[in-house]
Amino acid sequence: MDFILTAVIVLGGIGLIAAIVLFVCSKKFAVYEDPRIGQVNELLPGANCGGCGFAGCGGMADALVKGADSGSIDGLNCPVGGSEVMGQVADLLGMAIANSDPMVAVVRCNGSCTLRPKVNEYSGLRTCAAMNACGAGETACGFGCLGCGDCVEACEFDAIHINPESGLPEVDEDKCTACGACSKTCPRHIIELRKKGPKNRRVFVSCVNKDKGAVAMKACKAACIGCGKCAKECKFEAITVEGNVAYIDFNKCRLCKKCVEACPTGAIHAVNFPASKPAAPTEPTEPTKAKEETA
Amino acid sequence: MNIRTFRIGGIHPEENKLTHEVATQVAPLPKQAIFPLSQHIGAPAKPVVQKGDKVKVGTLLAEAGGFVSAPIYSSVSGTVLKIDTAVDATGYRKPVIIINVEGDEWEETIDRSDKLETVGAHPELTPEEIVNRIKTAGVVGMGGACFPTFIKLCPPPTAKAECVIINAVECEPYITADYRLMMEHADEILVGLELLMKGAKVTRGYIGIETNKPAAIDLLTKKCAEVFSASEYTVEVVPLKQRYPQGGEKQLVDAVIRRQVPAPPAIPVNVGAIVQNVGTAFAVYEAVMKHKPLFERYTTVTGKRLEKPGNFLVRMGTPMQDLINLCGGMPEGDNKVLAGGPMMGKALTSIEVPICKGTNSVTILSDDDAVRQVPQSCIRCGKCVDVCPMGLEPYLLAKLSSFKQWERAEKEDVVSCIECGSCQFTCPAHRPLLDNIRQGKSTVMGIIRSRAAAAAPKK
Repeated sequence: MDFILTAVIVLGGIGLIAAIVLFVCSKKFAVYEDPRIGQVNELLPGANCGGCGFAGCGGMADALVKGADSGSIDGLNCPVGGSEVMGQVADLLGMAIANSDPMVAVVRCNGSCTLRPKVNEYSGLRTCAAMNACGAGETACGFGCLGCGDCVEACEFDAIHINPESGLPEVDEDKCTACGACSKTCPRHIIELRKKGPKNRRVFVSCVNKDKGAVAMKACKAACIGCGKCAKECKFEAITVEGNVAYIDFNKCRLCKKCVEACPTGAIHAVNFPASKPAAPTEPTEPTKAKEETA
Repeated sequence: MNIRTFRIGGIHPEENKLTHEVATQVAPLPKQAIFPLSQHIGAPAKPVVQKGDKVKVGTLLAEAGGFVSAPIYSSVSGTVLKIDTAVDATGYRKPVIIINVEGDEWEETIDRSDKLETVGAHPELTPEEIVNRIKTAGVVGMGGACFPTFIKLCPPPTAKAECVIINAVECEPYITADYRLMMEHADEILVGLELLMKGAKVTRGYIGIETNKPAAIDLLTKKCAEVFSASEYTVEVVPLKQRYPQGGEKQLVDAVIRRQVPAPPAIPVNVGAIVQNVGTAFAVYEAVMKHKPLFERYTTVTGKRLEKPGNFLVRMGTPMQDLINLCGGMPEGDNKVLAGGPMMGKALTSIEVPICKGTNSVTILSDDDAVRQVPQSCIRCGKCVDVCPMGLEPYLLAKLSSFKQWERAEKEDVVSCIECGSCQFTCPAHRPLLDNIRQGKSTVMGIIRSRAAAAAPKK
């Protein structure tokens, strides 16, 4: 009996002392954390993708609260959560937030296996970065997609995949959050974040080849040859041709698709437009919608 | 005789020196010569000719584009067709000058006689004058790295040169261009060495040669005794045990003068050595004594399946295709064409690529040699660690690079890697170690550079 009693007293005593020490420590050494950081963190998607420029959502939440204290959270944006999440965060912190247009990753290369023939074989490490360091890759185009899928690996949202038929990456628009990880990973800077556009409709030059027309054409039948026909056709000065390649400014483009028809190599792509060709009804309505979106 | 070599690591691949005893042929002039503007480490050269200009052999085509840069001279006479882009050894299209060849007219300033000029007969050659002539002639390291030679002769104020080491190791399998050059132009090389020593203001010289070239060792030892016995210079021919990568600067310095070069940014001159290739010594002789800018070089064209592999004295700008045709044409089947040897060479994507200042060899690997074996899992045998001549841990660096752990890779000294490929050569699991390490090295170097750039304005 004595033994049991002693054990209870000793253990109980130790427990009591430990509890007192712990209590004192937790009060004395407590680190104050702004409760808003936790609240903001709750609102953020929690994907820790780094698309905002911070290591993860925690870092972003911290920056948002600090920004709010110093009077502005401009320049901080969660591309994954978009305006919805940023709106909630702004409400919580009592700040105003500028509405940003939804963006999406766009692959600017259409040199599929049939259009861009292989000229040699690469047997080294199968990553785009390694292949890019070794030369132009398996085709003669020194600017186009290498097809090893570094972007696929970089995507935290399973939104980009290599199409086995074309050998090119394709973006799943519903899953893409425009975090920009793929665009940063691509050693050839082919993937660009562009405005998603009204009804997801976009017009873009699907080529970044800076070689002269004849050389580019020899390497790939679908290359932009820098002829400038699209720029002449464009009424909104949205297209610039620099270094033998055309570029469409998505803030100026009104989606009239004139350039798509003008392009001799089919390098300009228009996506998510209705397949049938009654061009007349869509054209007049599109510009106005685009205006609303940009306004 | 006590045969030396470097202390850490190293391998001994099959030599395959197929063209050892094949005397050098003068390659015919190409129909069209292509001159990439970036044939050296540093800023690309700036063209000084225009479309339609007539040029002679030895006419300046492009001037140095910065301090670390080198001018480029025409190797042919003819008309400038255009300044355009063409695929070079990097595999990308780069700016080039293309010349249509007409006749073979040389600039009058170039001394084309075979007479051997000696340093003693030219008292006007001060060290400054020598360095200046080397700089103007566009001489760069001919072993493949293409670092402008004149910069090496003017070490930074923190370092003091004590000796010049001539790199006649040629440790890469297949290549024999340096060996042929030594056998055919030993006198000129020794004058070149004397010029280099005078230019660098040192009196000690070494010539490091591997023991698989006994004839060259004998010849140069004999000639050195004749030439330098009565002079102020001490020159020693150092026979070295065959071991790859002995031709690497740091390994050669260790093998010859028993000093180890610290990790980058230290260079051999920090331990007192200036290393120059034999080809560079010959180019220096021609540049200083014969007023002949660098526009031709000795190149080996080799491969087991080639009909007639050979050594060539070739004008720069000649497409590799022409040389391969001289050797009996491209073998049938799968071939891998390398600019350089099988260990350090760069696989080419086109054989229209021209011979440049650094092209010491065109190696054609055929059939099984042309393709890599399938990589398997690392079996942790540690062979790569044993053979790394820089004392690194290749398996670890490769892993850190593939996992993008750049900070850790930097701590493990990935930038010290000399990309010799010994690890990948020796790996029994055929892992692409060097491919991964190269990624890590270039990324970490980028990080270091951007960190330095960010720190600079604060000072």
